Amino acid sequence: MRNQYQDRSSVIRLIFIIVGIIFIVRLSILQVFDGTYRELADQQALRKVTQYPARGLIYDRDGELLVHNEAVYDLMVIPKMVKIDTAHFCEVMGISREEFDSRMNKACRYSTYTPSIFMKQVSKEEYGSWQNQLYRFHGFFVQQRTLRIYDKPIAAHVLGYVGEVDQNETKKDSYYKQGDYIGKSGLEKSYESVLRGVKGKKIMHVDVHNREIGPYLGGAKDTMAVEGGNLYTTLDAELQEYAESLMANKRGCIVAIEPSTGEVLAMVSAPCYDPNLLVGRVRGENYIKLLQDISKPLFNRALQAQYPPGSIFKVAQAMTALNIGVITPGSGFPCNKSLVGCHNHPSASCVQDAIKMSCNPYFYFVYRRVIQQGKYKNIYRDSPYGLSMWHDYMQRFGFGMRLPIDLPSVMSGNIPDTNYYNRWYGAGKWAFSTIYSNSIGQGEVEVVPLQMANLACIVANRGYYITPHLVRYYGPDSTRNEEFYTRHETGIDPKYIEVVAAGMYGAVHGAGGTAHKADIPDIEVCGKTGTAQNIGDDHSVFISFAPRNNPQIAVAVYVENARGGGGSWAAPIASLVIEKYVRGEVKRKDFERMYRDAAPCQKLPLARTGKKKKK
Amino acid sequence: MENKIDWITLLLFGAIVIFGWFNIYAACYDGSHAGIFDFQTKHGKQLIWIGVSLVIALIISLTDPHVFSSTAYVIYLVIIALLVITLFIGKVTKGGLSWIDFGAFKFQPSEFAKFATALALAKYMSTLDLDYRLLRTKIISWIIILIPIGLILLQHDTGSAMVFVSFLLPLFREGMSGRILLCGVVAAVLFVIALLVNKYIIMALLAVIGLLYLFVWLGKRTRRHYTWTIVLFLACTLFTFSVDFVFDNVLEPHQRDRIYVLLGKTTDTKGTGYNVYQSKIAIGSGGFAGKGYLKGTITKADFVPEQETDFIFCTVGEEWGFMGSAVVIVLYMCLLLRLVRLAERQYSTFSRFYGYSVASILFIHFFINIGMVLGLLPVIGIPLPFFSYGGSSLMAFTILLFIFLRQDQERTKPV
Repeated sequence: MRNQYQDRSSVIRLIFIIVGIIFIVRLSILQVFDGTYRELADQQALRKVTQYPARGLIYDRDGELLVHNEAVYDLMVIPKMVKIDTAHFCEVMGISREEFDSRMNKACRYSTYTPSIFMKQVSKEEYGSWQNQLYRFHGFFVQQRTLRIYDKPIAAHVLGYVGEVDQNETKKDSYYKQGDYIGKSGLEKSYESVLRGVKGKKIMHVDVHNREIGPYLGGAKDTMAVEGGNLYTTLDAELQEYAESLMANKRGCIVAIEPSTGEVLAMVSAPCYDPNLLVGRVRGENYIKLLQDISKPLFNRALQAQYPPGSIFKVAQAMTALNIGVITPGSGFPCNKSLVGCHNHPSASCVQDAIKMSCNPYFYFVYRRVIQQGKYKNIYRDSPYGLSMWHDYMQRFGFGMRLPIDLPSVMSGNIPDTNYYNRWYGAGKWAFSTIYSNSIGQGEVEVVPLQMANLACIVANRGYYITPHLVRYYGPDSTRNEEFYTRHETGIDPKYIEVVAAGMYGAVHGAGGTAHKADIPDIEVCGKTGTAQNIGDDHSVFISFAPRNNPQIAVAVYVENARGGGGSWAAPIASLVIEKYVRGEVKRKDFERMYRDAAPCQKLPLARTGKKKKK
Repeated sequence: MENKIDWITLLLFGAIVIFGWFNIYAACYDGSHAGIFDFQTKHGKQLIWIGVSLVIALIISLTDPHVFSSTAYVIYLVIIALLVITLFIGKVTKGGLSWIDFGAFKFQPSEFAKFATALALAKYMSTLDLDYRLLRTKIISWIIILIPIGLILLQHDTGSAMVFVSFLLPLFREGMSGRILLCGVVAAVLFVIALLVNKYIIMALLAVIGLLYLFVWLGKRTRRHYTWTIVLFLACTLFTFSVDFVFDNVLEPHQRDRIYVLLGKTTDTKGTGYNVYQSKIAIGSGGFAGKGYLKGTITKADFVPEQETDFIFCTVGEEWGFMGSAVVIVLYMCLLLRLVRLAERQYSTFSRFYGYSVASILFIHFFINIGMVLGLLPVIGIPLPFFSYGGSSLMAFTILLFIFLRQDQERTKPV
């Protein structure tokens, strides 16, 4: 009996062994060959919390804090994990059911597995009111972010603003994820890589109830956020504030530069706006308003507006002609109004007087000598030769090119070359007579205010400039940009520049000068007025530097559509800026009040009233 | 003549219990370093159960082995009585009522019904001059099995009831027709196919198989062959068509859901399929070498329900990886095969039958539990022997095993 069915023992053993093998095969599939489970596990048990570094701070030249940060909180959601009492949630968060649904839908459209922002930039106070309830809302958590704060509402165009990255930006640089912030304009944009710092990440182990258990692997895989580097700018906050106040009721711009270093002391584009408007949850709404404003407050005129330079261009013409040798400091030309219009003044017998009186016919002759140097008999061959030489000089002054300032979107202006006119009129079909308007800064010539201020620097420095810039050094290592410590020589003989400087001095302080309103007692100011014709009333233009020897500041001022020429509006404003900077205070209180409170700009929108002077 | 206790089995038992305890510790570990002797915690309690079980094992080792065979029916009747009592005073836990409260401790009679039934059945099968071929013998043996099954089913503890299917193996060893096992396998396969495939396709397939059998496989055909083929074909067809009825009317909703999840008909990873989904994530994420002891991210975060009891194997899979899991499988295989070998060396039908019962009961737990955790079988809540947290199950399995080891120790050649 015992051994009758003994062979059945093997059947039973076989069953056991087969099951064992099936299990081991199944295990190897689950654990070794199929990698998806590892991901699924990480997805549900680990929560990656990005550690956002504080954005770098921005200081002015005296160490005054211009931009700093405030903590806000983004309420994040992982739709797949949401398990909440919706009514209760809405009550706590103070939102309606419809709002909840729309926010939730938006989050779901982005991703159901990865976190996205449910409610952004919640203030510290608001966060505090529901912080202790948060654990009840499965699928929600909070991420700390920082927002910019500006204690003084100044320098909005220079500082720029920060906004959420758009799709192009995330595509271009994988560092950015949806919801991240990026510098959109100004220094925030050009120094983005310095200011942003490096994001860190913290991996938290969360349990089935979405509660944090602790750092994953004790934090071994976490990375620390690296704080953004600070910017130490060249701006003088006090001067900037003052300059902005002068432009409060006007359109136009002011650029003030320390000539010896190229450091921008103040850069104003009017109308200005309060940089605090473009921060946080109100940003979108305010941005649209500013964008739609007909006076274009978002437009940085100092860098982007391409104006005809007007008479201030004569400064460059005089230096060019003297250096080429087609005139001498003592050259005199008659004030022949039949050639080109002029105001009433005696004929200039030398360069210095011509600049002082801003004689248009004088510079007609000067420009003709430059363009038609007599190298060729045929003026149609002679003019292109002269123009190329002239174009080369203009570029040495930084015209017709983008000055590599450390701000985005700077324009180049326009200095026509032979190709330009060949395209326009055909090769061999143009000569000096076609293009003489350039001589007085009209015609095809366009410059940006920054270039005009730079021209003042060149005269102030007697021959060289340093690329205007806004940041001296940045970051923890005080990194410097070598470009901003490099001299760009124009190659103009200083003795000729001295002649021009004397002319500019005369314009302000001399008899018959055009810029008497820039006269400041005890400070020797050199300046040149300009009246740039264009659509609407003329722009009032002025460039200047002071003191005459060892200049501390060079200023360019544009007042748009202000009837009355450079001497009437731009010159007094420039003189106030100079006095403020050189003296530290403005003593001419009545004068200050008068020009600060005036609103000379023609109302927008403009009708085409002015006529282009080009014959 | 007294033999030594089987050391190999003892070592395997020890290894499984100790490894099990470490994993229970891991499953309940929450980062606060509670002392291992903190008896408020589950691992602390399990330590008590292990101690109690060892004491029971010692007592059994000191008991005259004949006591078990002579009192087999008494033990059986007592447990049956307890099962009946449970129906009236039982505590409802997890949808079933299978627990009796003894003050501080709860007690699950169905765990003990396994070894009691094994004893009674072994006792009956070892009756002198028993002829298993008689219908009467078969009926009585089935009754012994079916009474506890019925009572446990009344407690809504389907899992525990299913364990009694394991007695088919010792019965098979003692002479039960292998066709019954085969029928069982065919029925299971047909059941699954019937849920997945159109019934008429199955019918056509069955017909093809029948025809192939008759005209290709068989050389000479008798009338008997025809008759049987037709009968079987009809039986299978009937079975196939009754599956829906059984599925819809006999099974409970959660059982239907679990089967659907297993067959991939529903992929509800948040509701019914949650356990198995999480279990697979935990095990699968362990990879080859595991995440390291106490470093499982899923099991540490309570994603897997029942992870210290029925789903304890998840912790092994996650923290010890394929290496550790395979070791556990191999340990069980060694234990089972060792028990079969021990059973085969018995001289008395009682101890041989009992030995096979022990191996089979352990096997079916192992099979159902691991199969469930790996997502190969529907979710049936039964523990992994010696491994899962739980006093009743650990003690019951210890008693089951050590009674057999005691029998083995006392095996004597009949004179």
